Amino acid sequence: MALPDPNAVSWYEATARQRLSAFLDAGTFVEFLGPAERRMSPHLPLFDLPRAFDDGIVTGRGTLDGKPVLIAAQEGRFMGGAFGEVHGGKLVGLLRAALDVKPDAVLILLDTGGVRLQEANAGETAIAETMRAIVDARAAGVPVIGLIGGRSGCYGGGGLIAGTCSRLAVSESGRISVSGPEVIETNKGAEEFDSRDRALVWRTMGGKHRRLIGGADAYVDDSVSAFRAAALDLIGHAPAFDLATLDAEQARLESRLVRFGDCRDATEIWARLGVNDPDAIPSMTTAAFAETVAGVTEASHDAR
Amino acid sequence: METLTFRHTTTKPLGGTTSQAITGVVASGNLEVLLERILAPDSCEIAIETPINGFGDVWEAVVADFVARAQPGGLRISINDGGARPDTVSLRLLQGARLMEA
Amino acid sequence: MVDWRKQRADRDARIAAGRAHSDGRSGGKVVAAASVVDLLEAVLKPGDRVCLEGDNQKQADCLARGLSACDPAKIHDLHMVQSGIVLPEHLDVFEQGIAKRLDYSYSGPQGGRIAKMLYGGQIELGAVHTYLELFARYFVDLTPNVALIAGVSADRDGNLYTGPNTEDTPTVVEATAFKNGVVIAQVNEIVEKVPRVDIPGDRVDFVVEADRPFYVEPLFTRDPAAMTETQILMAMMAIKGIYAEYGIRRLNHGIGFGTAAIELLLPTYGERLGLKGKIATHWALNPHPTLIPAIESGWVEQVHCFGSEVGMDRYIRERPDVFFTGADGSLRSNRAFCQTAGLYACDMFIGATLQIDLMGHSSTITTNRVAGFGGAPNMGSDPHGRRHPSDTWMKAGREAQITGDPALMRGRKLVVQLVETFGDKLVPTFVERLDALELAKKIGLELAPVMIYGDDVTHIVTEEGIANLLLCRDADEREQAIRGVAGYTEVGRGRDKAKVEELRSRGIVRRPEDLGIEPLDADRSLLAARSIKDLAHWSGGLYEPPARFRNW
Repeated sequence: MALPDPNAVSWYEATARQRLSAFLDAGTFVEFLGPAERRMSPHLPLFDLPRAFDDGIVTGRGTLDGKPVLIAAQEGRFMGGAFGEVHGGKLVGLLRAALDVKPDAVLILLDTGGVRLQEANAGETAIAETMRAIVDARAAGVPVIGLIGGRSGCYGGGGLIAGTCSRLAVSESGRISVSGPEVIETNKGAEEFDSRDRALVWRTMGGKHRRLIGGADAYVDDSVSAFRAAALDLIGHAPAFDLATLDAEQARLESRLVRFGDCRDATEIWARLGVNDPDAIPSMTTAAFAETVAGVTEASHDAR
Repeated sequence: METLTFRHTTTKPLGGTTSQAITGVVASGNLEVLLERILAPDSCEIAIETPINGFGDVWEAVVADFVARAQPGGLRISINDGGARPDTVSLRLLQGARLMEA
Repeated sequence: MVDWRKQRADRDARIAAGRAHSDGRSGGKVVAAASVVDLLEAVLKPGDRVCLEGDNQKQADCLARGLSACDPAKIHDLHMVQSGIVLPEHLDVFEQGIAKRLDYSYSGPQGGRIAKMLYGGQIELGAVHTYLELFARYFVDLTPNVALIAGVSADRDGNLYTGPNTEDTPTVVEATAFKNGVVIAQVNEIVEKVPRVDIPGDRVDFVVEADRPFYVEPLFTRDPAAMTETQILMAMMAIKGIYAEYGIRRLNHGIGFGTAAIELLLPTYGERLGLKGKIATHWALNPHPTLIPAIESGWVEQVHCFGSEVGMDRYIRERPDVFFTGADGSLRSNRAFCQTAGLYACDMFIGATLQIDLMGHSSTITTNRVAGFGGAPNMGSDPHGRRHPSDTWMKAGREAQITGDPALMRGRKLVVQLVETFGDKLVPTFVERLDALELAKKIGLELAPVMIYGDDVTHIVTEEGIANLLLCRDADEREQAIRGVAGYTEVGRGRDKAKVEELRSRGIVRRPEDLGIEPLDADRSLLAARSIKDLAHWSGGLYEPPARFRNW
């Protein structure tokens, strides 16, 4: 059993700013609308809630192994990384700028519970505008890569945004879903989904599951360097954004529903995917898991 | 929300040339500290927005100790507080000063 | 003629009455879970003294549900004598009139409700004890008439396997079975042969196969992911300023995040200071998951446990050189023996508390929560009956000695409070007056529920520094030493700054910089494990954390 390298920067533990500075080529990050500009939420004071100078998202440009990229990082610890008006506006603006700048990629370091309840209308709008802007960027030939491995996972509208990205990399801590565990439990009862059973949460929404069913395209260790390597690789393998890709994605999702729609637990899905010992998946090391993924046809595809 | 502003005179400017730094995150029990080198070299201003009312005297003491220790002349320091305890505030202020000294 | 066998005859009659509800096989010891209420109503009598095994961890929950379902017209005015008030049923029996009087030790999870019921007069309180104190009284004036206990398995003769959470069971059974009491055990399953005999069958009168496995609370699992830089700083100060200076090898840790941080710093920061083998080798401690990295790094020679911890069973089984295990391989814990070990054989106790006053008295009781003491006052007191020296104990004794014949000097146990100056919601830890005194007045307690008295405390560690109370020479110095580490609390801001600086020059108050520690170095990368998953990795996959602590 390998212990994590104490000198490696843990993606999960790092703040959005720490992730960015360790992720990009050293010294290349230039921030747009940085904290000193104080573009903070106009809504939170009405609720007597503290604001953040960057409204919980860091946006800017830099280079990755010399390639020019635009990049955004959500701060999952500020209001659960949730989308508010300014937060969403910064991300949409960055994606729209990609049409003019034509970077090698736009990278979104997703770490979000979804929409900020206190500014829900603006947040929902931001989600829709973000998805539209991602589609426009991809149509213009700029791959959009989502990186997921933070405290807040990637939930609610964030899950929708992830679904529109060209490619996704995820770590074990990363979770991708639209409805979160608590939401499901509230609506369907603890018998249906016990949100405190964290092993269940991870089996159902966690990085390994998403990777096995092809929901994410790379599974990485919880370190900034692992995410960096995965991002570079994914930029080189982003699918074209055309009718063929969309048809393939539609077909992939339809067949997934047919094959696994009646499964009651992720382990059943893994068994049907041909995984020999589904119960062993959660505790597998990254290397052993990579071998398992290699044997699962559905995990890798040209669609999305 | 409570807004507090403290102004201090320092005996010297803070060393280093970094013009701006930010540290910490606005989260429960945490805070973010934004430091900008934009004031006269012998003055320091610290502005705080906090959701917890009634701790003005504690903030005043924490800030005074920090100023005496770090001599952060020239800095405007802005804090968004998420309900941090005084020791966390001290730590973040010192972390911020260290970033500016680079 | 004096009848010397009244109690014995009474016991025989109770057992005969209970037998009517057994399944009729194997001498009638085995009773179905569905018949628990009938069994209890047959065996119990109004006014009985009853121990309903509620330990720190293991709970006789099936029997608790049964007792709370008894008819108060038949069973009433019971006097409950049990260490833990943990389950709702433990208090339900008072609301229903089944029980009336209570002597106990610890009520963590029910602390809020028990406070309300004490204020409301629904419970007639004897005393809040320490564990050893309550156990001692089982043999003197609180001997149970009936004990309702819990184990993992039993055979049809009643031989009982308690599992790794032996905890209070041997003590409770010793007092009950050998003084004409009736012992009823609930077990998860009845087996042909138990893995090992923790309680011989002739001390167990009835065995109930429970409807579900007994409840165990994972009370000693601290998630490294939640540890803060402040706790890491305090852990660094404790290791360098106390463990290293006194050469502490035999010790007990409380259950807070601060002490868990110390455990996780041993293989990193401690190693860097060259302390391996010189400190923290022999423990009276539950199997804390956060101790795994230190064990795996070869720091720990042995650990005796009060109870077990959920998820640690396989790991313990594979480390018999470190833990006390039975011939079957599983942990054998024992609260009474481990408390005794902590009291007499450890040179230091270090733990947290909720309130400390100007003299160093501390309490975990606030006006709306009565958490009880558990074992902290046993660990956290200087045992005047100790008669064996150690370098640590003698050094502390020398520091404390003010006057008197050096030839008659005795040592001191180190009792260290490791506290952050503010708790949750900015509630100050340091206060002028303990809430416990208010509580005592309100419910008419003769003895205020102080957890550790000031005269037992030797050091207080906060994020601001270490106060060495052994070196204080009068009450004023003591007060200023405490104020001097009380941070920005009102008590801390009320310090005499000049006096505190003078104490600092004498080494009574020490700041991180006095110890050569830079507060900005207190970083989470110093933790040997930063998540529960890291702990599982350290254990080689043997530690199996409960679902709620997993994020994989």
